[in-house]
Amino acid sequence: MKGNEAIAHAAIRCGCDGYFGYPITPQSEVLETLALEKPWETTGMVVLQAESEVASINMVYGGGASGKRCMTSSSSPGVALMQEGIAYMAGAEIPGLIVNVQRGGPGLGTIQPSQSDYFQATRGGGNGDYNVIVLAPDSVQEMADFVDLAFDLAFRYRNPVMILSDGIIGQMMEKLVLPPFKPRRTEAQILEECPWAASGRKAGRKPNVLTSLELDSAVMEQKNLHLQAKYAAIREKEVRFETMQCDDAEYLIVAFGSAARIGLKVIEMCREEGIRAGLLRPITLWPFPSQEVARLARRVKGILSFEINAGQMVEDIRLATGGKTPVAHYGRMGGVVPAPDEVIRALKEELINSHCHES
Amino acid sequence: MTEEEIMRPENLVYKKPALLNDTPMHYCPGCSHGVVHKLVAEIIEEMGMEEKTVAVSPVGCAVFAYNYIDVDWVEAAHGRAPAVATALKRLWPDHLVFTYQGDGDLACIGTAESIHALNRGEHIAVIFINNAIYGMTGGQMAPTTLMGMKTATCPYGRVADLHGYPLKLTEIAATLEGTCYVTRQSVHSVAAIRKAKKAIRKAFENSLQGKGASLVEIVSTCNAGWKLSPEKANQWMEENMFNFYPLGDLKDITPMGETH
Repeated sequence: MKGNEAIAHAAIRCGCDGYFGYPITPQSEVLETLALEKPWETTGMVVLQAESEVASINMVYGGGASGKRCMTSSSSPGVALMQEGIAYMAGAEIPGLIVNVQRGGPGLGTIQPSQSDYFQATRGGGNGDYNVIVLAPDSVQEMADFVDLAFDLAFRYRNPVMILSDGIIGQMMEKLVLPPFKPRRTEAQILEECPWAASGRKAGRKPNVLTSLELDSAVMEQKNLHLQAKYAAIREKEVRFETMQCDDAEYLIVAFGSAARIGLKVIEMCREEGIRAGLLRPITLWPFPSQEVARLARRVKGILSFEINAGQMVEDIRLATGGKTPVAHYGRMGGVVPAPDEVIRALKEELINSHCHES
Repeated sequence: MTEEEIMRPENLVYKKPALLNDTPMHYCPGCSHGVVHKLVAEIIEEMGMEEKTVAVSPVGCAVFAYNYIDVDWVEAAHGRAPAVATALKRLWPDHLVFTYQGDGDLACIGTAESIHALNRGEHIAVIFINNAIYGMTGGQMAPTTLMGMKTATCPYGRVADLHGYPLKLTEIAATLEGTCYVTRQSVHSVAAIRKAKKAIRKAFENSLQGKGASLVEIVSTCNAGWKLSPEKANQWMEENMFNFYPLGDLKDITPMGETH
């Protein structure tokens, strides 16, 4: 099935309580599949087409505030509209899942795939000092698998989680094994697991108020310090990545999502030519696998950040390497998907045959 | 009667609702919010819904409503309360879910969320405080500011060619298929407060009985923003606001008695 359909089926199967979305290419199949599947008749999951992405994310905000597993999906321009709501979720510590099936920008841009929302996803995206946990699937299988993982992370840390996919993975058809069926949590389970949630004040406890507002600057600073401590714990515990043929690699390709699939072909073709290339695929874009990049950077002659954008993740790689290893970027924009030979040409021009190794 | 006799429980004629806590309110003396807060707290108690209420507060003067009424609250982004309430009610269908919003929140930045939540017939109650001005930010023009009225951003008075016309969102709401009860009330006199209480109670019961969306507009004073004494503000409201925002039910498809 398509990656977008996999998201919908996984949501039904992993105990999602509510999906709120607005149609936008190339991800409309998520809402379409849910509408067709009618999970409200089986699991009791709420599915609602909202009036806008602004409304969708605020529905996720409201549902998450009451302890329910809620999600939305959209594509780049729609996710741009959601940033206010995501910042409020981060501030009020409301869990929820946002799926971004990226298309090229800026603005209305194109409906063709892109990875140009990396900065928006990994830098918070809205106002204030905050981070969203970002998972980057590279297959239809991972589109399905990451839904449950995203909800678990969102509730463990009371933080919004984003699946940053793109039009290739969303529209691509692959075989997959759907996750095992997991029932929605009962109201008693929600009360027990989410004592912070606004779901009706039970006798004997103080009211639960979910808000991001605090006018006392000393208290607001404490709230920010609490968030920063949480983000530090996430950086410590939740970094996920995959390495392929990195043990003897002289050159490292770093690529995520659909670019990592092209990257796999790149290292295979490189090795046929006698170039020992390896691939690092960050699975969490935030937290970024900086330590692994730094470790590999000490052993390779150069690193090529291969992204379907103008060069965004390359900044995280440069921060991780501290300028000690040559780092270059190769990417295409506007919905153009690069072919492996272009990437190999860039690797040769920018790193292998380059005499001025600048990072 | 001695003071001790007067204080005996059997002589009690009025007390503050238990849900209304002792936090000093930030509202200006004379502001309508305090009265409406008291009504909301009283009604939730009378309905026995303390444990099954989730309220949604707005951005505006009522942003801190959660500090005063001891139920669970979700504070929404500016204008988004009806979207937040939509999800809460759909996910907790046996709960009382209501939003408490001002004119800027409901009829300006949140117009889309208001109209669509009402039109979908979400089983929520919307309390709409219309004082024709932005109170929290210091008295700027609101979507409901009357023609000719002076505010910080229309200091020479609202005129159509510069500022457009005041929006009657309540009249629009009455035309929507999804609304079951749309009414306009005020809290400037004891009689008006009694009527407003009945209206809010009816809206809350509609939410619980799944009859559709209810909107209760409360035409309110903002004596600080209007730069009038509380008494003069009430008088100004009667003489000016009620002409443009006439009180009474605009729509009621739930016959009296059916909800009680």
